[in-house]
Amino acid sequence: MNSLAKPAGWEKFFWPLLAAALLLALWHYSVVWTATKVFPSPLSVEKGLAELLRKHVLWSDIGDSLRRVAFGFGTAAIVGIPLGLTLGWYPALNQVLNPVLQILRPISPIAWIPVAIIFFGIGDRAAVFLIFLSAVFPILVACVSGVSNVPAIFRRAGRNFGLSPTQILARVVFPAALPQILIGLRIALGVAWLVVVAAEMIAVDSGLGYLVIDSRNSGKRYDLVVAAMLVIGLIGLTLDLGFRRLEKIRSVRWGFRHES
Amino acid sequence: MVFGRDGRSVPVLEDINLDVSEGEFICLVGPSGCGKSTLLNVTGGFLSPTSGSITIDGQAVHGPDPRRILVFQERGVFPWLTVEGNIGFGLSKLSRAERDQRINHYVRMVRLEGFEQTYPSDLSGGMKQRLQVARALAVNPDILYLDEPFGALDSVTRLIMRGELLRIWQTERRTIIFVTHDIDEAVQLADRVVVLSSRPAKIEAILTIDIPHPRNISSRRYLELRDDLLSKIGLAYTV
Amino acid sequence: MTAIEQEKRSRSLSLSTRLRPIAFIVALLVIWQIAVSRHPDQLLPGPLGVIRALAELLRHGLLPRYVVASLFRVTWGFALAAVLAVPLGLTIGWYRRGEMAFNPLVQIFRPISPLAWIPIAILWFGVGDLAAIFLIFVGCFFPLLLTAMSAVQNIPAVYVNVGRNFGLNTAQFVYRVLYPAVVPQLITGSRITLGIAWLVVVAAEMIAVNSGLGFLIIDARNAGNRYDLVIAGMVIIGIIGLLLDLGMRSLERVKSFRWSYSGD
Repeated sequence: MNSLAKPAGWEKFFWPLLAAALLLALWHYSVVWTATKVFPSPLSVEKGLAELLRKHVLWSDIGDSLRRVAFGFGTAAIVGIPLGLTLGWYPALNQVLNPVLQILRPISPIAWIPVAIIFFGIGDRAAVFLIFLSAVFPILVACVSGVSNVPAIFRRAGRNFGLSPTQILARVVFPAALPQILIGLRIALGVAWLVVVAAEMIAVDSGLGYLVIDSRNSGKRYDLVVAAMLVIGLIGLTLDLGFRRLEKIRSVRWGFRHES
Repeated sequence: MVFGRDGRSVPVLEDINLDVSEGEFICLVGPSGCGKSTLLNVTGGFLSPTSGSITIDGQAVHGPDPRRILVFQERGVFPWLTVEGNIGFGLSKLSRAERDQRINHYVRMVRLEGFEQTYPSDLSGGMKQRLQVARALAVNPDILYLDEPFGALDSVTRLIMRGELLRIWQTERRTIIFVTHDIDEAVQLADRVVVLSSRPAKIEAILTIDIPHPRNISSRRYLELRDDLLSKIGLAYTV
Repeated sequence: MTAIEQEKRSRSLSLSTRLRPIAFIVALLVIWQIAVSRHPDQLLPGPLGVIRALAELLRHGLLPRYVVASLFRVTWGFALAAVLAVPLGLTIGWYRRGEMAFNPLVQIFRPISPLAWIPIAILWFGVGDLAAIFLIFVGCFFPLLLTAMSAVQNIPAVYVNVGRNFGLNTAQFVYRVLYPAVVPQLITGSRITLGIAWLVVVAAEMIAVNSGLGFLIIDARNAGNRYDLVIAGMVIIGIIGLLLDLGMRSLERVKSFRWSYSGD
């Protein structure tokens, strides 16, 4: 905004590194000055991270978390995209279903745990169910608004060229709505990543969320707690960036005018 | 007044030397993308020239100033303020009574009576541009810069707006520098037309329009000047 | 068709269409009730059981108390986050280099579920209200920061130029151009963040405190498998969350903020 001059290329790395360095320094010195015995310093977190890697605990935890996300998110996409497209295509249907969805949506997936445990028992499947719940709403919303935002002129052009309604849906509406659907999927993936960690803190015995809570409970290993948090953050970021890469594929790029 | 400046690492403007007298109506004409808006932004002080300088009444121009107001092509009015609010935007230093009086004066001048409490989202394109002009004039600037202000309007509204602008200019005379790519617009409005080449823009020619207002757009002299301008820009006569 | 007949027709149309979703909900409830009465010895209650549970909560005065507790934490957590994140975000977003510096850091913190902060929250604040408020604060801070940063970057350059043109000093510019320009986006972002806060408070209460709607759910299950209370709690959570969202949406509709939603 206040572009005094175009920032140079190297600045893209310099400024974040500077900010990170400042933050680390602030963290380190707060730990030193307050002489806290429990809260870890950056160095002890790094050592904790190395320890986790050495004991091969980290990789299996990461794998577990990712696996649950994959199943929950995948199911949410398989269920949510067709359902969302249908709701967007038939506004009358959407109008009937929408109030129910609007009441279910603000209920935290964590609040569903007791119900999930009844249906799925304690373990993976309950966690996957929670992830499914949390991911399906953003996908539905994105599909519905993606379809309804397709300009009427596109649909008319489809009819003009003699396409049947199914063909219009597949060849005109779906590609036109795709950018927004992808955004919804990306948001859903982000939510799924948040929920898997939370679900693992309560309902299962492995994964990154469990690592966080367990490190504290069995030994107050706050260095491992913070290390696990950082890993959670980095993986979540990687998932998000990877998805944005997908959005950059040429045939979808037209829909994204602002590359954020 | 003396203008003279150059462009930036992509040479946008080259060797521009222009004198403008007080109260003159100048049009800058040129092909799309040639740098007309850049020139306007530089003279307005929004951009710094890489070489050369702009002086107004002997003083160098350092940055934007309420004595020289720029009217934009679109989205210039503040959507969160009413018509009154927009026109009064630059008048915070005045007393309540003075401000109200000025707002009324300019509302009437741009013929937006009855819309004082309306928000821009309820105004048409032409009305929004009139609002911008009113807001600009309300602070009593020495110079008015207009950057293709009628470009987003339909051709009928454009004709009407040109008449309005001339009427306002004749009532309250100011120096006007008007950027357009429409040749007719230039010949209809300006005292002098500055023709810019395509990028990097140089001054190709300066044409003096010597017809007094109101101008008959079918008169022989008008058509002569129009032909002259067309040839100076280098366009053919037939489509 | 006369004008009156036309209007009557359109009004009756909208009445029947408005009833359809309600009919749908009623149908679902009926199916649910039938399913439950067919399997009487499993744990989940039917809609009647839930209604009875709600009545019980009201009678014991627990419902209002828990609702207030949850709302209290949300309000404080959200307000603290807003007071810190919005000015910070507006400032950072204004400077290109500020955004370059802090965006990567924020992007690393954002995917960390607020619940992952529980050990730290308990370490710093013990078990109780403050810990819960801290968790909500964390959950709201990063989204609000990002919203403010993006809002200030999306201010059309025209407005900035007009502000400079009219000779406003910094304070005037912030108050008369920057703030009105960012408010619509801030409100939308706040609505979404408030939704997040509502999700976090319920989760936080299930783990870290002893009151509130989240606590109701976990406690009802742990202290006697009262699944009717569990579902009742869920229903209340859903309704209040929806009301919060609708409330924010009506704020978005206030006239002088509307400008951002009606296209140019």
